[in-house]
Amino acid sequence: MHVVTIETETDFAGWRQAARTLAMNHVEPADIIWRFSGSDHDLLEELSAPRLPDPVEGTFNVPAKFVELAQTAILHRNPERFAILYRLLLRVRSNHDLLEIATDPDVAEVTAMARAVHRDEHKMQAFVRFREIGRERQARYVAWFEPEHHIVELAAPFFARRFADMPWSILTPDLCAHWDGSHVTFTPGVSKADAPSEDRLEEIWRRYYASIFNPARLKVKAMEKEMPRKYWRNLPEAGLIKPLIAGASQRTAEMIDQAATDPHKPQKRVETDMPRNTQTSADNLETLRDEATHCRACELWKQATQTVFGEGPANAQVMLIGEQPGDKEDLAGHPFVGPAGQMLDRALEEAGIDRKKTYVTNAVKHFKFVPRGKIRLHQKPGTPEIRACRPWYERELALLRPELVVAMGATAAQCVFGKLTQINKNRGRVIELADGVKALVTVHPSYLLRLPDEEAKTREYLRFVDDLRIAADFIRKAARAA
Amino acid sequence: MDLSRKLEILADAAKYDASCASSGTEVRDSSDGKGLGSTAPGMGICHSYAPDGRCISLLKILLTNACNYDCLYCVNRASSNVTRARFTIDEVVKLTIDFYRRNYIEGLFLSSGIIRSADYTMEQVVAVARKLREENHFRGYIHLKTIPEADETLIAEAGKYADRLSINIEMPLETSLARFAPEKDQRAIRRTMGRLRLKLDEAEDAKKTITKAKPPRFAPAGQSTQMIVGADSANDRTILDTSANLYGAYRLKRVYYSAFSPIPDASRALPLQAPPLVREHRLYQADWLMRFYGFAAQEIVDEAEGMLPLDIDPKLAWALRHRERFPLDINRASREELLRVPGFGTKTVERIIATRRTSAIRYADLPRLHIVRNKALPFIVLSDYRPSPAALDSTGLSARFKPKARQLGFGF
Repeated sequence: MHVVTIETETDFAGWRQAARTLAMNHVEPADIIWRFSGSDHDLLEELSAPRLPDPVEGTFNVPAKFVELAQTAILHRNPERFAILYRLLLRVRSNHDLLEIATDPDVAEVTAMARAVHRDEHKMQAFVRFREIGRERQARYVAWFEPEHHIVELAAPFFARRFADMPWSILTPDLCAHWDGSHVTFTPGVSKADAPSEDRLEEIWRRYYASIFNPARLKVKAMEKEMPRKYWRNLPEAGLIKPLIAGASQRTAEMIDQAATDPHKPQKRVETDMPRNTQTSADNLETLRDEATHCRACELWKQATQTVFGEGPANAQVMLIGEQPGDKEDLAGHPFVGPAGQMLDRALEEAGIDRKKTYVTNAVKHFKFVPRGKIRLHQKPGTPEIRACRPWYERELALLRPELVVAMGATAAQCVFGKLTQINKNRGRVIELADGVKALVTVHPSYLLRLPDEEAKTREYLRFVDDLRIAADFIRKAARAA
Repeated sequence: MDLSRKLEILADAAKYDASCASSGTEVRDSSDGKGLGSTAPGMGICHSYAPDGRCISLLKILLTNACNYDCLYCVNRASSNVTRARFTIDEVVKLTIDFYRRNYIEGLFLSSGIIRSADYTMEQVVAVARKLREENHFRGYIHLKTIPEADETLIAEAGKYADRLSINIEMPLETSLARFAPEKDQRAIRRTMGRLRLKLDEAEDAKKTITKAKPPRFAPAGQSTQMIVGADSANDRTILDTSANLYGAYRLKRVYYSAFSPIPDASRALPLQAPPLVREHRLYQADWLMRFYGFAAQEIVDEAEGMLPLDIDPKLAWALRHRERFPLDINRASREELLRVPGFGTKTVERIIATRRTSAIRYADLPRLHIVRNKALPFIVLSDYRPSPAALDSTGLSARFKPKARQLGFGF
């Protein structure tokens, strides 16, 4: 039998050193009595038993996770903790994966001890209540707390980081922690009588507690689960719990029974809104845009954020039309601001077209998608949606009367031509439609983003730019003719 | 009016907002000695609990309960006879610091009635946060209510100081909002949520790219919202569809569900009855299933019913509707399958996966894995246990999980 004495209740280093020596000497867990210096014990028994065996050279490895777990579990108040941890140490030494086995009784016990310590630490962070002594610059904040486990040293750094600019002390029966603005120091435990008994803010804090409580939804068990009764005696607000519960049902019944009183005259103090847009000179695109905000012509508006209408100057010579707004366009409320928009900007610049002078819009003006967990998956609009949205395109067209409409992608082509129209057959030349509109068909920039291999991407991008060059030439010629 | 009376009025006015989170933000502390406060890494800290079971983590108040809007469900609506009060900016700042120093709170949750205009109200709310951060070097948690349609620069500034921003969607149905809150507009709420998400994404992207310029700080704890349950006729299916849409579109951290609760001086147009607390609880469970268990909104509520059952939890109800998928051998099943077993939490599933790599899971191991035995047993196969084949098919299986009928009294 070996008697091992640990310096203090929380002396992990001492336990670790002793345990290492014992393990190297192959001492069985059953042959050790663990004690710590402060405890009462049988002197005779201690004298008769041998001390630690001689230290053996060398060390052995255990997973870092064990050290972390043992450091926490050793703070548990269970008097058997040193022995339990030694037993687990020996087993972990021969099986490094042991801690992964949640069903092992030793692992389960030590894990539960560590969890209890962390919970206690968490509750200490929550339920410590500082009381102010002195005022202003001389103020010092002192709290009384009764932890379940040996957690004062564990929890003190949290308070030091949080309340770094004020001197504080946390007094407990085991150990007291003090902060002077630069260091945490510890002194032996004291009794509750040594702690201040009140604070000037407690009355207003209690009033807050009583007011934030909703008597119509009494859930006493839920409260007790998270704030067990053992903490109540040191919480200034806990004295209100009983009367609040007692009065709750009557207060609720009164609210339900009470007839609503005559309403006050509304106490509005409306400030006249700053006119946001002073340019009201029959800017028809603006009124059209406003009208489209409330469009309910198909179902797409429900799931989407907003109508994304066309944008650009009323005298634009080119109207670029895409498929529909994407995720980013839906959030921002502007067309072509996402990745496809960036691709379009680049291609326009290369083709010699100034985007600011074009009008950019979409065939369908709400985002169509299916939710997939945290993302919204783009869906191609169907013919009913394209049809429902076409009147907006027609009215945009009628107002702008552009020299050329560039339809990007199959949806846009279907909208502009009024029927399914193949891109590859029709691209590369300006087509005059029955209504006199001159149209050019090309791919949608997002098609270029989706192409898997780089070579195809480069090739298709160049074709896209070529198509846009045709548009650029066409406008130049039209301008010269005018 | 003295400060404590104001606090009573403006805390009472704020208590119908369920949000209390103080977690998930950036790590801050004041160990440089130049400020006050820190954020809790990992779990948020709940400093107290009220007998309604709700945590008290933040000083949750309104700047003023005067309001231009006349939302029927709201205690602060323009036509209500509640006493009105208004804090000054300095009063809120001082109260926050005083409470914080005593370790009563993690920080401030500030909202406000709409006075004058959206921009004026937002400016007042932002001014409190600005003063706390810039003048008092407060490093605790700040949650600010965002006023829909407030100016872009005010929103950017709110995000600079706040950890979390929120805008309440209020009603699951757009039509209900139009009916109960005539001045509110779900489209305006969504547009503002969209603007917030763009800013959140921007700040997130800036963190990933290495630049010399400091990325713009924007609400590191993200945005959340709240829906009132039981004031209108929307069923659970509609509510969860709305949530799924909001989570997907605006990357919300949380959707809070608030059972409509009787309020003082209530409007006659609303159901004045005890709040549907069990329903609220089931919606939270369903919300968890969507966010952490891989369930889609459509799967959780039985199509024909439209409502979640009140007597059993939604995962168990799903399993009872899909008995053909069980029993499941938990020594072999995939993570996705394990997450769908009644009584298995996410941590339980991780424990099972880690444990079974080295040792088979047996009947006696269940308590150590924190498995609710009664709930899980009919659905699982272990190395030394298999439910009787008849059990899963029996009509009695559902009855087994229903709470026992309470005896009301003895016949005489």
